[in-house]
Amino acid sequence: MVDLKHGAAIVGIHEHVTRYAPDKSELQIQGESVIKALADAGLSKQDVDGLFTASSSIRNSGMNLADYLNMYPKYVDNTTVGGGSFEFHLSHALTAIAAGRIDVAVITYSSLARSGGVSVGTGGVGRYGHPRLDPSPDSFEELYGLTTVGLYAMIAQRHMHLYGTTSEQLAEVAVAMRKHASMNPEALFRDPVTVEDIVNSRMISSPLHLPDCCVITDGGGAVVVASPEVARSCRHTPVWVLGVGEAIAHQGAGKRDLMYIAAKQSHEPAFAMAGVTQKDIDMAMIYDSFTITVVETLEDLGFCEKGEGGQFVSGGRLQVDSEMSDKLPINTDGGGLSSNHPGMRGIFLLLEATRQLRHQFKDTPRQVENCQVALCHGTGGSLGARHSGGTAILGRD
Amino acid sequence: MTTRQEWNKPLPTVVGETRPYWESCRRGELLIQRCEKCGEYQFYPRGICANCWSDDSIRWVQASGKGTVWTYTVTYQNRTPGFAEDVPYVLAVVELEEGVKMFTNIVDCNPREVTIGMPVEVTFVRANDQITVPYFRPVGE
Repeated sequence: MVDLKHGAAIVGIHEHVTRYAPDKSELQIQGESVIKALADAGLSKQDVDGLFTASSSIRNSGMNLADYLNMYPKYVDNTTVGGGSFEFHLSHALTAIAAGRIDVAVITYSSLARSGGVSVGTGGVGRYGHPRLDPSPDSFEELYGLTTVGLYAMIAQRHMHLYGTTSEQLAEVAVAMRKHASMNPEALFRDPVTVEDIVNSRMISSPLHLPDCCVITDGGGAVVVASPEVARSCRHTPVWVLGVGEAIAHQGAGKRDLMYIAAKQSHEPAFAMAGVTQKDIDMAMIYDSFTITVVETLEDLGFCEKGEGGQFVSGGRLQVDSEMSDKLPINTDGGGLSSNHPGMRGIFLLLEATRQLRHQFKDTPRQVENCQVALCHGTGGSLGARHSGGTAILGRD
Repeated sequence: MTTRQEWNKPLPTVVGETRPYWESCRRGELLIQRCEKCGEYQFYPRGICANCWSDDSIRWVQASGKGTVWTYTVTYQNRTPGFAEDVPYVLAVVELEEGVKMFTNIVDCNPREVTIGMPVEVTFVRANDQITVPYFRPVGE
């Protein structure tokens, strides 16, 4: 296989910091994000030849976005696999750039889930309007009142049953995310919470309490990915794509052990391409739709054994200021649990990992010390049913 | 079989490859599929064998209707009409004796008494003239 390591780099980023934007269109948020991300890179509209986007609300998202931006991309990718879509986009952009088809790709996303009143996690099949069930798989699922949180809760329930994982251990994830959110002025929720607060809060779908679930916000962002030649002339130190892997997990015609998630399939190719191991990862951006998502993902990425995730996340290991020698800071922006979650959060994983690798928070508590290699893992869809997993390993020179 | 007044939950869309399933439910039977070539059961029903990718070897077989709770959650919040008024209800994955898992609700019991591994059996609720929905309930003492 062609060696893709260092085949492309993230050279520009922008997070649209709005958490509530009832007067904007989704395309406007993407347009503003693309413009600012290109400025961050020191590139212009004429440099962009690849367009990557995903949306659960914009019809024909690639065409409509190209139209809105009045650009004529020669490479378009609408891959939409839920919240992890943007790790897939990075993987595809890397391939397109390494193959010489394009030099500069823009990946962008936006959503107005909060101002639109979308019940992302608890709306069930009716969350985007009146339900009409597809013959399969909907017709064998949605008539039982599935919710997104319910599908994750069933995985949490079985995790507790098999491995003795506790609500307190799940809460540790939410506590760490809130700690990080307190360091991020843009985060939605910044007041400290305790494990006790969380386990005593309202149950949404057992065993998941309200703070085990991500927030719902508006927002968006953009990432500029470029060839090595272009990257070296950009404004910031390049954040190299070292390794990528992608996977879909599903029910396997009724026979899959759903406790193993897509990360189990996607991480090995990513680590192999990057030529690094779990011990080399200085910080990780782990899709945190729910606290259980983080526990399952850390296990299936190989940071700990299956079933040990509850213990792994305890004792503050995930916190950037942890005293533990084997700490693993994750989601230093506060994650989906506390900072923002417009419905498909994967793009924000790439944004924060890039900030960390640029050492943008140098001399502040948010900066992961000597951050050289970061891992992003986006999960889209629902763990208990079918979902995507995109792993990307990033590094600096 | 129970009939529920004023069914306002979503209803399945029935097509050729799934019609025998829904027709059997209407008779109070649970049919699943098995491939004559590779011998594997599969769920949900398909027009092909999802295991060996044969397109002419799928046969319908009667399931025992018995299984165990593989996992579950007690749902306290769902804004979809038809479910909003049902909370708390038990959403579950049941593993049938034949080895395939399916989504369902565990009914006819206190939601808080459901456990993983609990033996359950199929029960049917008539939604309308066309559709009857299979659920599971704890196996009687």
